[in-house]
Amino acid sequence: MTVAAEGSPPLRMAGARRNPLLQSEAVQGFALISPTFVYALILLVLPILVVIAHSFWTQNYLTIDHTFTLENYRIALTEPIYRDLLWRSLYISLTVSLLTVLLAYPIAYFISFHGGRHKSLWLFLITIPFWTSYLLRVMSWKVILGYNGVLNSGLMGLGIISEPSDALLYNSTAVIITLTHAWATFAILPIFVSLEKVDRTLVEAATDLGDGPLRSFLRVTLPLSVPGVISAALIVMIPTVGDYVTPKLVGGKDGVMIANAIQAQFGKASNWPLGAALSVTTMIIVSLMAGATVLVIRALQRLAR
Amino acid sequence: MTAMRRFLPGWLSSYATLYILFLYLPVIFLPIFSINTAATPKFPLSGITLHWYEDLPKTPALIDATWNSLLVGISASILSTVLGILAARSITRYRYPGRRAINGLIMAPLVLPEVIVAISMLLVMLQLGLSLSLFTVVLGHVLVCIPYSMTVLTSGFEGFDRSLEEASADLGESAFGTFRRVTLPMVAPAIISSLLVCFTISLDEFIIAFFLTGTEATLPIYIWGQLRFAAKLPGVLALGTLLLLASFVLMTIAEILRRRAARRTQNEGGLHA
Repeated sequence: MTVAAEGSPPLRMAGARRNPLLQSEAVQGFALISPTFVYALILLVLPILVVIAHSFWTQNYLTIDHTFTLENYRIALTEPIYRDLLWRSLYISLTVSLLTVLLAYPIAYFISFHGGRHKSLWLFLITIPFWTSYLLRVMSWKVILGYNGVLNSGLMGLGIISEPSDALLYNSTAVIITLTHAWATFAILPIFVSLEKVDRTLVEAATDLGDGPLRSFLRVTLPLSVPGVISAALIVMIPTVGDYVTPKLVGGKDGVMIANAIQAQFGKASNWPLGAALSVTTMIIVSLMAGATVLVIRALQRLAR
Repeated sequence: MTAMRRFLPGWLSSYATLYILFLYLPVIFLPIFSINTAATPKFPLSGITLHWYEDLPKTPALIDATWNSLLVGISASILSTVLGILAARSITRYRYPGRRAINGLIMAPLVLPEVIVAISMLLVMLQLGLSLSLFTVVLGHVLVCIPYSMTVLTSGFEGFDRSLEEASADLGESAFGTFRRVTLPMVAPAIISSLLVCFTISLDEFIIAFFLTGTEATLPIYIWGQLRFAAKLPGVLALGTLLLLASFVLMTIAEILRRRAARRTQNEGGLHA
């Protein structure tokens, strides 16, 4: 086996001599990835550029007026309805990412440190619900929280309440519960991966040097798993801010989010430029919020040391 | 302190069990109420029936939606797996400038709000003069499936021993021959796993299909349309149960294959170490 390994470098050099340009690693690698890269350019980068361009234009009944204007952004940022929707979306996505990370951390920790031989079974059990249809999972929360739903009929059956409560469904709390459930897996996996990377000898060293389990967790394990916490928070925060299905199905009037307003501009209201400006504004603000979250977590990490 | 060390795993494992229950509980209500005789989903069940399932094949719109979903799912899974193979192979095998940036771009749909991805694609497709159809849905699904395909495939390609390919080239195989006769058999489980994962995602995907389809509905769009009618709920629950079952079976097979692929490449690597 070592002979094969030693034999390979001269072989590659011989190849390089044959056609230096085509044989070079960089060119081969780039050529191989280019179809996928071009696909992402055409269906992701180009569309986003088109959306940004639209956000500076104006809808003129059925046509688009291409003169540059910031009017759409003025509307997106100052009209009370959009401002409120944006704030609520940010509040909901921040709450959901905080909740999912807090709830997910002990699970990830348990699987990584105490999972034993069942580690992959636990991971499998956690990922399976995630692969089921998102629409169906949201729908099942509607069944649970509804006026005639499982929770109401259950609580009535137990004699806790005498008539069904309509406070469970159609508000932002219902949206938060549903999203926290839907994104749980996304938070567990990154934290688990970073906990797996924590060098166990460091934890042992801390224990040997007299740190109790809590102290060694707070000063060794937790700070070392911060990258996982950060990616878990971001991977939940950014997509949930633009969630459409959950607010539509369980949010009611009080749970409407910005994505519903964006959809309306591309549907009924038919004001593409305003919809585009709302999308761009949402993306910029959620990116700022994500950046701020990273800074806060890093600051906390420094405090813990 | 030692007491705490002993109790902590116990607490954690009960918490983990509760958490798994929290993850599964909502989903379990779908099958339960799909066999309920009453149309409103509440306890206690008024009686057990398979009536709602028997009605499913009698709905022409549902049959159409099923065919549409299968067509979209198969096309999207094949296309995204092919694009995923190229990208995953390039990322795991070669080193070149911009590799990480390109990888980041390809993975980006995973973390972007779906609505924004969907409306941006909608704008471009309308600008390009494409009429909305199942084809545009496939284009959209491929974009969101590629990151998942990449994840499955890179884990299959990583740890793959390069010297096997070099040996094959050494013995006179062409580049294509080496790929077909050495690389492909090693990574076949990962490829099938990627096909299954992408098919499942496409089958369940709603937002992109909702924005990019013309008049033809896929299964999630059909369900969305039915949700407006309270009386149709049990039928939707029955259909949902079947979809859940399909996702569950497909993902279990995908997981088994992915693990087999990982084990295969790692074992080979282990031989050389």
